[in-house]
Amino acid sequence: MTTKLTGKGQRSELEVGVLAVQGDFAEHISVLRKLGVDVREVRLPEHLDSLNGLIIPGGESTTLSRLMTLYNLREPLQKMAADGRAVWGTCAGMIMLSQEITENDPIPLGIMDIGVQRNAFGRQVDSFEQQLSINGLDGDPFHAIFIRAPVIIRVGKDVEVLAALDDNRPVAVKQGNLMATSFHPELTNDYRFHSYFLDLAHRKSLGNGSS
Amino acid sequence: MVEVLTGTFTVKAGHAQMLKGGVIMDVVNAEQAKIAAEAGAVAVMALERVPADIRADGGVARMTDPQIICDIMDAVSIPVMAKVRIGHFVEAQILESIGIDYIDESEVLTPADETHHVWKHDFKVPFVCGCRNLGEALRRISEGAAMIRTKGEAGTGDVVEAVRHMRTVQDAIRKLQNMPEDELVVEARDMQVSLELLTKTKELGRMPVVNFAAGGVATPADAALMMQLGADGVFVGSGIFKSGDPASRAHAIVQSVTHYQDSAILAEVSKNLGEPMVGISAKSIPDEDLLATRSQ
Repeated sequence: MTTKLTGKGQRSELEVGVLAVQGDFAEHISVLRKLGVDVREVRLPEHLDSLNGLIIPGGESTTLSRLMTLYNLREPLQKMAADGRAVWGTCAGMIMLSQEITENDPIPLGIMDIGVQRNAFGRQVDSFEQQLSINGLDGDPFHAIFIRAPVIIRVGKDVEVLAALDDNRPVAVKQGNLMATSFHPELTNDYRFHSYFLDLAHRKSLGNGSS
Repeated sequence: MVEVLTGTFTVKAGHAQMLKGGVIMDVVNAEQAKIAAEAGAVAVMALERVPADIRADGGVARMTDPQIICDIMDAVSIPVMAKVRIGHFVEAQILESIGIDYIDESEVLTPADETHHVWKHDFKVPFVCGCRNLGEALRRISEGAAMIRTKGEAGTGDVVEAVRHMRTVQDAIRKLQNMPEDELVVEARDMQVSLELLTKTKELGRMPVVNFAAGGVATPADAALMMQLGADGVFVGSGIFKSGDPASRAHAIVQSVTHYQDSAILAEVSKNLGEPMVGISAKSIPDEDLLATRSQ
């Protein structure tokens, strides 16, 4: 069963956070504001209080990992996900959400039941963009931008694959209230993923987060 | 089959967007690169000598031995950058062929061409270039630069020039935002930039690519100062490995860039860092020895 990505949820009275310790958090914030929600930058655990959802942006995963440890963000983030609040990671954010990665560093949060390989396509000269069909996403294929991108190499039984490359490697997944993408919807003018994330956040705010 | 595009301006500029809010550190060997990565650097700049030593040694400063760069690339999983001389497109071709993640076409090295910069659109690898003002920045972007940094005055440990360059850029953008449309053509001509790029900058209200601070940053307070002035992130050159305790200082500067508006955290991370790099006042340097004036 494929979840339908409608992006039609009510936005008013939602407040979502973007982890702002490093990376392209401003790009996510800009999209979310255009969609009409209140957005908070999250750098310390107390910034997470009463948020309806959180995005972990692209950035350098080793840097994110160290700053999350140093400022005690790991446990509150894990709790937020366990509470059924919406959490979405893009690129480095996906690495941080995963259960395990192929290297020893960074240390992921273990929130989603996926295994991830960092820098799966090589170095920066191998970064690429392409059109990608997303299961359940209405309309045209999504323009996906992959920058020193990770891929998903293991998918747990409760994880739904939303998109895969031609070689079948998954690059977008969903597990209940959680979502991860190898690519960067925040670098495009296509807000369908962000709208869908707000739907997840809205669903939890109505009290039925465990879809 | 779906068409897969590599080396586009989107993926080049997009990489710089992932570095935002981060610190890029100069390193001269694999051991320093590991210290930088451990401290939370978002990338390292692989060099044979840090700018303070280039300044002290004099002579012609060139691209680093590719073997040194390859050793550093093998040592860390974070992106690795390296410098080429201004206009030296063959040094750039060499770095691209070894798979460098970003090229800094840098005034810190001795320029190879006094008129032309590298035509950066021809490369799949992205470039960062220095600027002292908005005109220089937009000229570099029109040549294909996917990221800009202030020039500052490298190898001094004196932040005054980086502050000057960042304020000059921000002033020009504020002026642009208030400028009526019919004055833009003359402004574009005076800046020697295209009307299209100038209009885009006006609309965005910021530089159209990521803009880091560089040149003279030596302390967590310096880094936070540049962030509060509007930098998207910070390069630290000689400031880390020319200081008494590089690992602690690197770690502190990383935190100061994340928490640049939180003075309590800035105070905490500024404690017990040992000796900063000795530094030389940028004002004491004779004009002919200034690095920032090496290109327009």
